Amino acid sequence: MRPGQQTPSKTDSLAPVAVMVSMVAAMFMVFIAVPNDAYQGPVQRIFYIHLSMWLPTFTAFGIVGVASLLFLWKRDRRWDHLATASAELGLLFCTLGLATGCIWAKPIWGTWWTWDPRLTLTLVLWMIYAAYLLLRTLATDPNQGAVMAAILGVSGVIDLYLVNRAVYWWRGIHPAVVVNKDGGSGLNDPMMRLTLMVCMLAFFLLFLWLLRLRVRTAHLEDEVDELRHHVLAAQV
Amino acid sequence: MLSLLWKDLLVELRTKETLASLFLLGTLLLLVLSFAFDPTNPLRESAAPGVLWVAIIFAGTGAINRSLLRERENDALSGLLLAPIDRGTIFLAKATINFILLWIAECFLVPLFIFFFNLPFLSTIASLAIVVPLTTLGFAAIATLFSAIAIRTRAREIMLPLLMLPLATPLFLAAVEITTALLAGTPLAQVSHWFRLMLAFDVVFLVVGWLTFEYAVAE
Repeated sequence: MRPGQQTPSKTDSLAPVAVMVSMVAAMFMVFIAVPNDAYQGPVQRIFYIHLSMWLPTFTAFGIVGVASLLFLWKRDRRWDHLATASAELGLLFCTLGLATGCIWAKPIWGTWWTWDPRLTLTLVLWMIYAAYLLLRTLATDPNQGAVMAAILGVSGVIDLYLVNRAVYWWRGIHPAVVVNKDGGSGLNDPMMRLTLMVCMLAFFLLFLWLLRLRVRTAHLEDEVDELRHHVLAAQV
Repeated sequence: MLSLLWKDLLVELRTKETLASLFLLGTLLLLVLSFAFDPTNPLRESAAPGVLWVAIIFAGTGAINRSLLRERENDALSGLLLAPIDRGTIFLAKATINFILLWIAECFLVPLFIFFFNLPFLSTIASLAIVVPLTTLGFAAIATLFSAIAIRTRAREIMLPLLMLPLATPLFLAAVEITTALLAGTPLAQVSHWFRLMLAFDVVFLVVGWLTFEYAVAE
């Protein structure tokens, strides 16, 4: 067995089961168990899923920043794999979060999109990490691409605070289209709160599991590349 | 660093290509954007700051991309990197020259903007005298850093705006907000928080560029 090779551990066999059980439970609670919202009706059910997207999103983007910094510092490919995997998943959850938010906003706020600071910030975030992934695909050399993406990853996190301030001030002066933000947080029913927690847990577990799989795939890709080099070298 | 600056300045003085293209592209953008708004519509006045900054950003992005692309011709960049100087210094020199060129172009573009939008001449120049260089400084810093990255990808020209613009959001929001306030005659004190944000942005990206440029250009 090669030293870099990993055997499937206990976690690997348990993770899919845990994700599936929690996900089925979450879906059951969201669609069947939890009562309708008194004001918003069934539409509000999407909120459990919408809110569950943000924990994975922000965890992922945080990981990108830290892993990028560690990669620039230590030059260990594993940090780079972690950063890429996180950026991909973060972007996925961010997209789903924005989409579910728009679907909810249309019937409730009467518009798909408002230039609310939080929305604007999320959209800017989305653009930064979309550019991050594009940069990797368009890099002429994968090692260079990793370094360049890491610079973007680090700058992205540093910039986040400034973007945050800017969009809040930008919209803060003008009244927002809809001032009432209690739509999602007014979860008075204990069942509602439980549903939200189960849902968040389910999506976070899904995120962790996908992250693990994605990082492993990146390692394997590296290993295949290395083997290919060996084979080519042997042929010559 | 001074000799690096002098080299780029000399190249520019001999060819004048960056300044000429900056100025012409900026003028063209001002013109096109003026077409976008009906001259009789009062909306035009409120769109003016946005028009100015969009023109500067677009013209500037192209020009800054050129400044590092030029170093790739004849592999001049490798020569620069072999020189016994800190890579951070190269960044500062490049950012400074980009800042100077952009600023010179803006000295022509702003009067033209005033002319097109029929604004009071002296008071507008006076009120823009601080905000334009401050924005240009941050813009030059972030664009220089990311153009070093962008030129090493397959889609050189398109990559710089894609990488830079989302990160530059705070800078341009601040620029547009301050310009709007100043053109409307609002006292400076009311937009001081935007000035602080802009200064913070300038400092952050000068430092980030200075520290990470080494990685961006490393072979």
